[in-house]
Amino acid sequence: MDQNPEPENPQSADHAAGRGHIEFKNVSKGYGEEWDWQDVVLDLSMDVEPGKLTAVVGPSGCGKSTLVNLVAGFEMPEKGAILLNGNRITGPSHDRIVVFQETALMPWQTTYENIIFGPKIRGDMDKQELHEEAIRLLDKVGLRDFRDKYPLQLSGGMQRRAELARAIVNDPEVLIMDEPFRGLDAMTRELMQEFFLRLFEEHRRTNLFVTSEIEEAIMLADKLIILSNRPTRVRQIIDIELPRPRDFHMLATEEAYRYKSTALEILHEEAMKTFKTERNTQSDFVEAFSRRNQN
Amino acid sequence: MTTAVHSATNAGQRTRRTRWEKIRQSTKFWRGLIAGIVTLVLWEIGSRWDEWFDYQLPFLGLIPPPSAVVVAWGEVIPQYGYWESWYLSFRRVLEGFLAAMIIGIPFGLLLAVNRYMREIFFPPFEVLRPIPPLAWVPGSLIFWPTNEMSIAFVTFLGAFFTIVINVLGGARSIDIRLLRAAQSMGATRWDMFWRIVLPATLPSIFTGAAVGMGITWEVVLAAEMISGGGTQGGGGLGFFIWNSYMGGSLEQIVVGMISIGIAGYLCSSGIRWLGDRSMPWQRLF
Repeated sequence: MDQNPEPENPQSADHAAGRGHIEFKNVSKGYGEEWDWQDVVLDLSMDVEPGKLTAVVGPSGCGKSTLVNLVAGFEMPEKGAILLNGNRITGPSHDRIVVFQETALMPWQTTYENIIFGPKIRGDMDKQELHEEAIRLLDKVGLRDFRDKYPLQLSGGMQRRAELARAIVNDPEVLIMDEPFRGLDAMTRELMQEFFLRLFEEHRRTNLFVTSEIEEAIMLADKLIILSNRPTRVRQIIDIELPRPRDFHMLATEEAYRYKSTALEILHEEAMKTFKTERNTQSDFVEAFSRRNQN
Repeated sequence: MTTAVHSATNAGQRTRRTRWEKIRQSTKFWRGLIAGIVTLVLWEIGSRWDEWFDYQLPFLGLIPPPSAVVVAWGEVIPQYGYWESWYLSFRRVLEGFLAAMIIGIPFGLLLAVNRYMREIFFPPFEVLRPIPPLAWVPGSLIFWPTNEMSIAFVTFLGAFFTIVINVLGGARSIDIRLLRAAQSMGATRWDMFWRIVLPATLPSIFTGAAVGMGITWEVVLAAEMISGGGTQGGGGLGFFIWNSYMGGSLEQIVVGMISIGIAGYLCSSGIRWLGDRSMPWQRLF
């Protein structure tokens, strides 16, 4: 549980520092049939800067997971464009790898098989090289002794670390984290956050980190983007200027506390709006009908 | 009793004691054994009540005692016809079952991965599925040229629908995150099918196989009784029971019934064994 990432081997494939730059340009995305159309993301523009950890927080039910799906290329925006290093994203690719909520390891593959999955099916890495890289990553995430175990035999924290290794072996330009530590107990969660901090600070791989925990966001992020209530827009951008390397004690500083109270105030405002709109869903429904009849 | 022995052997693999030692020391085993013996003794006494007390117990008094069944069994075991019945029923079950697996698994997967196929084939499939296999017997006796073929067809139907519905359900409930993760990492459609859809559906395939195997035995027995032991086809354990009934041998009826129980147990053990071997991640605890 308490294993730290080891010093980096310079010859490794982890040389992605600061490569990936994601830009949202007036992106809109919605769901539903014509008559009950719901805008989830509306005219959203933001930057995920290279080499930085951009944390995205927002009231529950705002389109955080939709943003993840859009960047990963699982879904396409109706309007606007998302660019990776200036090129429009048109589908999933291993230059953007998602670490999912809970765990999305293949249950029928051992830890080792899960980690080598991507390079193996693409066939873009020499077999011996891949094996060495996998072993190196297993060491790094402290799972060497668990390489032949199946995901169900691992604890929650181990599963997340295996999943991180599975993502990193693909050497993505952008790592997308969709509430990766959700569902872990408080203790494990803290350890995972510190582990992840060190992993990030070592390589500074561009990271889009979606979370609903404000403290987690402040501790990890260079830039904190607070989203608005649905339809999602950028409500506020806060640059977190806590010094790196960071650790858990930073959350106790005056500075972190200021960030937290600012962010919480904005979030609370947005959450209240959600609350109000949820109480009005029935009238929304009626309104949707009347809008259809007018058109 | 079989369950007791089964669980005892499972437990035996965990320690260094030999399997037999473990079985002997397991309370489950002794409980099962004693329960079995007590049942047999009560059955024996119940069946022979009228010999001793001049009064026939209702229901139990009509059943032949276990000792008489054992004697009857001893009589049929050397006979060629008894083993031929085993062979014929087994062959029919396996034929129907294998055909159902070979056609049903790809069909179920196709329905799961292709929306158009599902829209075209699922409604008629759902209309045909609730029809009990036995309702197909008269029709297939007329339609198929030989009795043997109609029995095979009806056993096939018994397993087919269950297998398809399980495969379809299993493949449709795959966690979309697994597919998306694979897609991000560069999986082709081919990779997604062989490396994600198929392994994710294996547990459902084996569930379908186990249930389907049970139905196949039910159906084959009934079909054998209906089609009879004519010159073409016929025979089998179902016919063995029917024949014993016609000949008025209660003991042989019970022998036939227990034989079917054993046959079914052998088949489901086989499927369990295969399932354990092909899904090592499923037997971790």
